[in-house]
Amino acid sequence: MSSVISLQKLAKHYQVPEREAGLKAAAKGLFKRQYKNVKAVDEISFEIQSGEVVGFLGPNGAGKTTTLKMLSGLLHPTSGSASVLDFEPAARSHDFLRQITLVMGNRNQLSWDLPALDSFDLQRAIYSIPTDEFKKIRDEFIEILELKDLVQKPIRNLSLGERMKMEIVGALLHKPKILFLDEPTLGLDVTMQKRIRTFIAEYNQRYDATVLLTSHYMADVEALCKRIIVIHHGKLLFDGNLSQLAEKFSAFKTIGFTLDNSNVDLTQFGEIVSTDGSRVVMRVPKEKTSAITSRLLNDLAVEDLTVEAAPIEDVIESVFAVKKEAVS
Amino acid sequence: MKRYFDIYRSMMKLSILEQWQYPVANYFYMIGMIAEPVIYMVVWSTVAMQQGGAVGGYTPAEFAAYYIVWTLVRNMNVVFTPYGWEWRIREGQLSMSLMRPFHPIHTDVAYFAGWKIVVIILWLPLAFALTLIFKPDLNPTFVEIVVFFFAIWFAYLIRTMTLSLIGMVTFWTTRVSALFELYFAAELILSGRLVPLSLMPEWIQNFAWFFPFRWAFGFPIESLVGNMTTNELLTGLGMQIAWIVVGLIFVNIMWKFAIRKFSAVGG
Repeated sequence: MSSVISLQKLAKHYQVPEREAGLKAAAKGLFKRQYKNVKAVDEISFEIQSGEVVGFLGPNGAGKTTTLKMLSGLLHPTSGSASVLDFEPAARSHDFLRQITLVMGNRNQLSWDLPALDSFDLQRAIYSIPTDEFKKIRDEFIEILELKDLVQKPIRNLSLGERMKMEIVGALLHKPKILFLDEPTLGLDVTMQKRIRTFIAEYNQRYDATVLLTSHYMADVEALCKRIIVIHHGKLLFDGNLSQLAEKFSAFKTIGFTLDNSNVDLTQFGEIVSTDGSRVVMRVPKEKTSAITSRLLNDLAVEDLTVEAAPIEDVIESVFAVKKEAVS
Repeated sequence: MKRYFDIYRSMMKLSILEQWQYPVANYFYMIGMIAEPVIYMVVWSTVAMQQGGAVGGYTPAEFAAYYIVWTLVRNMNVVFTPYGWEWRIREGQLSMSLMRPFHPIHTDVAYFAGWKIVVIILWLPLAFALTLIFKPDLNPTFVEIVVFFFAIWFAYLIRTMTLSLIGMVTFWTTRVSALFELYFAAELILSGRLVPLSLMPEWIQNFAWFFPFRWAFGFPIESLVGNMTTNELLTGLGMQIAWIVVGLIFVNIMWKFAIRKFSAVGG
């Protein structure tokens, strides 16, 4: 496999004006403005191979969207370099733009007042897609995402999830090789999230496309990404696969089991996360998992015991907490 | 070239379809716009009648012709404004346009050109009504009609270029309304919008020759209602083309610097 996305010490800094609240400070600011240098992205480096689906994670303001914008040619980096499909994104070559797409959960490119079919036709013209090929891929996407009854309705009459599906179809009609997906399932219900995830996975398989995905829904990341990259305050914190992340940052494991007798004091074994009738989920320190499991099996009448890594949400939370402690 | 033709055709089609969704809103917008020339027309006709039937060579019927054609030219002058640029840069809406493999100005030109088709169709009954009420003196020759056809589209392109240049200032300042107001004031006086330029002092007429305003407004009207020689008509078209070329060059130069300043504020 060859590297299709490559970042070398990529950085984006902003000069942000700042002042105290109030009229006096505002008047002072007229003569002497004060600026703060914000490092939105701070010299990050990584490479992504062709066909990979990579989760790009971080809390709000971590620099994820800024990085995606630099990689898609919207923003010029302050320093460092980026290469996507051997193009320099900031040069915004038309050949480069024809091979990528950027989907942002909070932005739309389809006409609000018209049925999606009309906007799809504009995409055909923009990307010079031969008519037969366009119709074939359009109808195929419409079928996979179950949009047949919706494509003739104005976009404004569709639900948020339906609109997002239309946006994704519009963004992929030209069969881009690189997909930058920024919160594509933002605000959608679980069913809709799942459908979009399945579609992205299928697109990746069929066209060997490379996907860089940001999402606050860990279900997206778990379902789609073998590899994840975590950034915080613009700096790269982790680059590896999900299990490695849990191994490295999670101090706990989850033990789930069913008890015959629910009148037992379980606090001696670990922290109880939830109980549902006789079903108990417990969080225990990672290094004590084996010992506690043995004790549970020996001391209690336990059925269906499972040991799992901590939920990915908890792991990510731990990553940021660890970093915060390291910084403060 | 074929690709751009297809993009323009598709974008214009999209715009026409969008605007037909709101014909009543478009009509109210146009009727609101007609209030301005009707006021000018009534004022100047009254002045003309008080001065023995004409002012500066214009009779009330000629003023009527000038201001009825004015309504079409004014509609052709509606382009993506600096306020629009301000909005799309501040709200991050420009991001999606920038992802397309061509210059975003093509989207503006094609979209508003499609809108013009709807505007012209909606304007015809309004012009007919104004003609019945104000009885204009309008007898254009075939050549004048042909020149007028090109002149209104060239005017549209000139104003697109000039307002895009002002709009692009937003890349540096985030707000551009003050500059646009200044432009608007100059345009009002030097374009023939407020009053036919031939009624202005000679030094203003000479001054106006060197700015784009006249070629984006007054000249198209005069090409149809005035008695311009063929030479004057061709010179006017030539000046329009020159301003379009100058505008294109400046838009391209400014864009190269502006895009580096884009910070995708708000998304």
